[in-house]
Amino acid sequence: MIQVQNVSKNYGELVAVDNISFQLQKGDVLGFLGPNGAGKTTTMRIITGYMPPTKGSVYISDIDVFEDPQAAKSHIGYLPENPPLYEDMVVRDYLDFVADIKQVPHKEKNGRIHYVMEKCAIEHVAKRIIGHLSKGYRQRIGIAQALINDPDVLVLDEPTNGLDPMQIIEIRELIQGLSGERTVILSTHILPEVTMICSKVVIINKGKIALEESLERLTNKIDGIENILLKTRYWGEDIQEKIIALPNVSDIRLGISNELIIEPKKGADIREDLTDLVMQNEWGLLEMRPVVHNLEEVFLRVISTQGN
Amino acid sequence: MKGVYPILKRELRSYFASPLAYVILVVFQLVSAMFFFLNLKGFLHLQFDPSFQLLREELNLNTVIVIPYFDTMSIVLLFIIPLITMRLLADERKSHTAELLFTSPIKLRSIILGKYLAALILLIIMLCLSSLNIVVLMAHGNPDLGVIFSSYLGLFLLGASFLAIGIFASSLSSSQLVAAVIAFGLLLLLWLVGASSDSDSSIFGYISLISHFKNFGKGIIELKDLAYYLSVIYIGLFLTHTALDSERWR
Repeated sequence: MIQVQNVSKNYGELVAVDNISFQLQKGDVLGFLGPNGAGKTTTMRIITGYMPPTKGSVYISDIDVFEDPQAAKSHIGYLPENPPLYEDMVVRDYLDFVADIKQVPHKEKNGRIHYVMEKCAIEHVAKRIIGHLSKGYRQRIGIAQALINDPDVLVLDEPTNGLDPMQIIEIRELIQGLSGERTVILSTHILPEVTMICSKVVIINKGKIALEESLERLTNKIDGIENILLKTRYWGEDIQEKIIALPNVSDIRLGISNELIIEPKKGADIREDLTDLVMQNEWGLLEMRPVVHNLEEVFLRVISTQGN
Repeated sequence: MKGVYPILKRELRSYFASPLAYVILVVFQLVSAMFFFLNLKGFLHLQFDPSFQLLREELNLNTVIVIPYFDTMSIVLLFIIPLITMRLLADERKSHTAELLFTSPIKLRSIILGKYLAALILLIIMLCLSSLNIVVLMAHGNPDLGVIFSSYLGLFLLGASFLAIGIFASSLSSSQLVAAVIAFGLLLLLWLVGASSDSDSSIFGYISLISHFKNFGKGIIELKDLAYYLSVIYIGLFLTHTALDSERWR
C-alpha cells in the first residue's frame, strides 16, 4: 500500500531525513514515534506529496507520488500538525470546499459530508464559524477533512495534540474504527496511544529509523527476557551480592525507589529462587513482579543508545 | 483545469466574509467620486474664465474631465491593488491551509488561477461601481464614448497586471503586511521606471506599466499595449508558480 524507499530530505546543510525506508500493507496502523525534530513531520509531508524528497521515492498503491502527484494524492487523507482550517468559514462550507478540491464526485458529496460529520461528531457545529470553535472541535474538523475523499491512506500528524483526556479517547476510538480498510500512519508523543491503536511501530531519531517492529514483538518479547522487580523491607549492601550469586541471574541494577531490577538468564524463571532467598535471610518481601517492557522503556532505550 | 472553480468560489466568499472587500469598494468609490467631482468643478470654473473662449478647441469635457479622471484612477489602483492581493497566498501559509491545498489532487496552476480570477472579479466590481461617475457625465453632457471605453479597457488591463504582480508578492511571504509592501514597491518601481522616457524611445519606457496606459487614455487601442499587459499578467502568474514550486524543493 505504502512504500517509502530510501527517502532523504535536506534543508540546505541540515539533513532532516536520512535514507528512510519502510513498507505498509493494507490495514496496517503505523505509530510513527520520535523526539521533537526527529523528522516525523518532514517524512509525513513527503509521503503526502507536500514536498519532494531530496533523494528516494514514495509509492502509494504503486503510484509514484512525484511522478503522478494528482493520482497519488487522491488516495491520501492528511491531517497536518496544525489543522488546515479557514477561520472565516462555516464548518459545513469548509467541508464542501475540501470535498470539491479533493474531487469527490458531485453525487456523493453530500453523503460524504454527512458521513464525516457524524463520524467526527461535529454535526451540531455544522453551521458555526470555524474561528469561533475550540481546539477539540478544530482537531476533529481536521480529521473530518482528511476523511472526506474516503482515502485508502490516512496520514495523521499528532491527531490527539491539544485535546483533553475525554477527547483523546474519542479520537482514539475514531481512529480505531477507521483502520481495517485503510492504511493509517500516525505520529504522536503519547506512547500508550500507540500501544492501544497501532499494529506497527517505527521509531525515528535524528532523521534515521532507529527501530521498526510490529507492536506484539515490541511489547512482549523484546529480547525473550522478562526482568523481575524486587522490593524488600531490609536494605543492605549484601543483598545485591547474594542475588547475583544465584545461578540463573545474569544482571542486577537499582530501580527508582529502593527496588532492584533483576535480569535472569535467557529462558530461566528465577521467581522461586528469589522468594526462597528472601525468606531464608528474612529480608521481608514487600513486592515482586515482572517488569513488562513498555513502549516508553523501549523508546527511551532506542533513542539514548542512538544518541551515543 | 479542475479545481479552479472551487478555489475561485472560496476566495470570493472569503473577500466578502470579511470587511476587507467592502472597505476597498467603498474607499475606491469615494476616492474616484472625489476626483471626478474635483475635475467637474475645475471644468465649471473654466467656463467663466475669459481665456476659455480662446482654447475652446482643446478644452472640452474629454480633455478636462474624462482623461485626467482615468489618469488619477490608475494611481488609485496602484495603492489599492496590493491590499486586494496581499492575503491571497500569504494567508494560506499563515493559517496552515497551504498544506491542504498542496496535498490536494489539483494542480498548483489551478490554485493560482482560481485565486487570481477571484481578485479579478473584485477589480471588475470596483470598476463597474466607479462607472457611475461616467453615467452622471453622460446624463448631462456629451463625452466621447470611444475614449471612455478604451480607458476602461486600459484601466482593467492595468489593474489585472497589478493583480498578477501582487499575487506574486503574496507568494513570497507568510505575512500579509510584507506581501503588501513588496507588491507596492514592485508596482511603484515598474511605474516610475518609465517616468522620464516615452514608451517608444527606450527600454525603460517599454517596461513601464504606465506608459502603455497613455494610449488607452487617448482612445487608442494598440496591439503592442495589449500584448504588453497580457505578458505582464502571464509573467506575474508564472513567477508565482515558480516561487511556490521552488519553495517546496528547498
